[in-house]
Amino acid sequence: MDQSADSTAMIAAVSGALADPGPDDRELLASVVRVARSIFGAAASSVFLFDRERDELVFEAVSGEGEEFLIGTRFPAHRGIAGWVVDTGEPVTVDDLADSTLFAQDLAERTHYVPDSIMAAPVVHRDEILGVIQVLDPHPQCRSSIADLDLLTAFAGQAGLALHGLVRSRAARRALALGGAEFERLAGIIQVLAALPEDRRAGGLRLVDSLHEVLTGMAR
Amino acid sequence: MTTTRSTPRTATALTWNLLDRRPADIPIPAAETGHITPEWAHGGTDGSGVRVCIVDSGVEAGHPMVGEVAGSYAVTGRDGDLAVHEVPPTDTCGHGTACAGIVRQVAPGCELHSVRILGENGGGTGDALLAGLRWAIGQRFDVINLSLSTSRPQFNQILRELADDAYFGRSVIVASAHNARIESFPWRFSSVISVGSHAEDDSDLVLYNPSPPVEFFARGQAVRVAGLNGSTTRNTGNSFAAPHVTGLAALILGKHPDLTTFELKTILYLTAANVRGA
Repeated sequence: MDQSADSTAMIAAVSGALADPGPDDRELLASVVRVARSIFGAAASSVFLFDRERDELVFEAVSGEGEEFLIGTRFPAHRGIAGWVVDTGEPVTVDDLADSTLFAQDLAERTHYVPDSIMAAPVVHRDEILGVIQVLDPHPQCRSSIADLDLLTAFAGQAGLALHGLVRSRAARRALALGGAEFERLAGIIQVLAALPEDRRAGGLRLVDSLHEVLTGMAR
Repeated sequence: MTTTRSTPRTATALTWNLLDRRPADIPIPAAETGHITPEWAHGGTDGSGVRVCIVDSGVEAGHPMVGEVAGSYAVTGRDGDLAVHEVPPTDTCGHGTACAGIVRQVAPGCELHSVRILGENGGGTGDALLAGLRWAIGQRFDVINLSLSTSRPQFNQILRELADDAYFGRSVIVASAHNARIESFPWRFSSVISVGSHAEDDSDLVLYNPSPPVEFFARGQAVRVAGLNGSTTRNTGNSFAAPHVTGLAALILGKHPDLTTFELKTILYLTAANVRGA
């Protein structure tokens, strides 16, 4: 790793350790699927992360059927309706699934719930498909309407922000783990600084400045 | 041609789908449509003699809703080393077969071809889209259906040049607008015919959009489509609106084979239900 990549990783690691956006992003994702399920009167709603390295879709958030056990479950990325959405980047509603071989029946059975209708949209962040949001068995009045697909796409936008935050914070934590003790110590110092009361923080920052000066001298 | 309008031409926002409005809400009173009627445009034709190419995930030949596929090709290879080869007429995920079935229903006599740009083990790439589209334009298909797009800006310019080549080479590209309100290509280009979905359950209804960039609306809601292995489903999405216009373009070209893309688009405009019905 060159020096600039090294320092980028360190900044990511430190900000990741400091802010730890993971819990908030997970809560936002959970909220998105909960609201989507409620708005569409559906049996379930879920968000998959597209794991490009393993070419799989991973359940990151589930509301409704399967929410107790599906998180973390993995599926091949290019099968079923979620796979269609990953491949084409286009949202779709498919009804009458009993007749469909596009629908991966065997995969659905692994989730212990086999729907008759699925709405699915790509979760995109800055031109990159990060995953898929889907709604299983929406209320019949919410099916087959282009307006409902538009609404799901709006939810997908929110899920995109949350999923992006989650992926970034995981990458930061990985970098922290790879960087070893240096990153962890640095992150520890910043965490302590951030936790200091206002009146003592100035003193703490002066100490860090002095340390920075000494280290800069050593680097020359 | 002189037209008068009751609504201002300038749109306040981009319109991807015809939501919250009915056909009667977007009347376009064209003063002189003359003899250009649907009957004149495509009455009595079934699209025979017109070559249509579906640039997508492949097309399953022999499906009851698709029938014969005259040519089946795929973009293969990796990164910069892509080539187009003849392949068996199968579909990786069903998207292309769904589109082909719609075209076949509208223009039963047309000659259907397929070039697969979505890989068997992975999503499509912008490079594959370029390679497949370039190949289809080179083959001088009369109509090219593209129910896909890319949002990656690095493909914008080269796609625009390809779309211009098609426009002047009399290969009509019919492209679906992205369902999400994001910038993607090539449907945004004026050289293609772009299609979004209206909210009517009428497969024959084509509307002109007075607030482009999406130029036409067709049925994309609850469309009975062909699925894999001879199955059928009912799908919703802009992807399924574009093939209705592809089929209509094939009908028109079947009756008037010498039209330029500009002339064809003008006929689609003049025969749109909200224009001629005004």
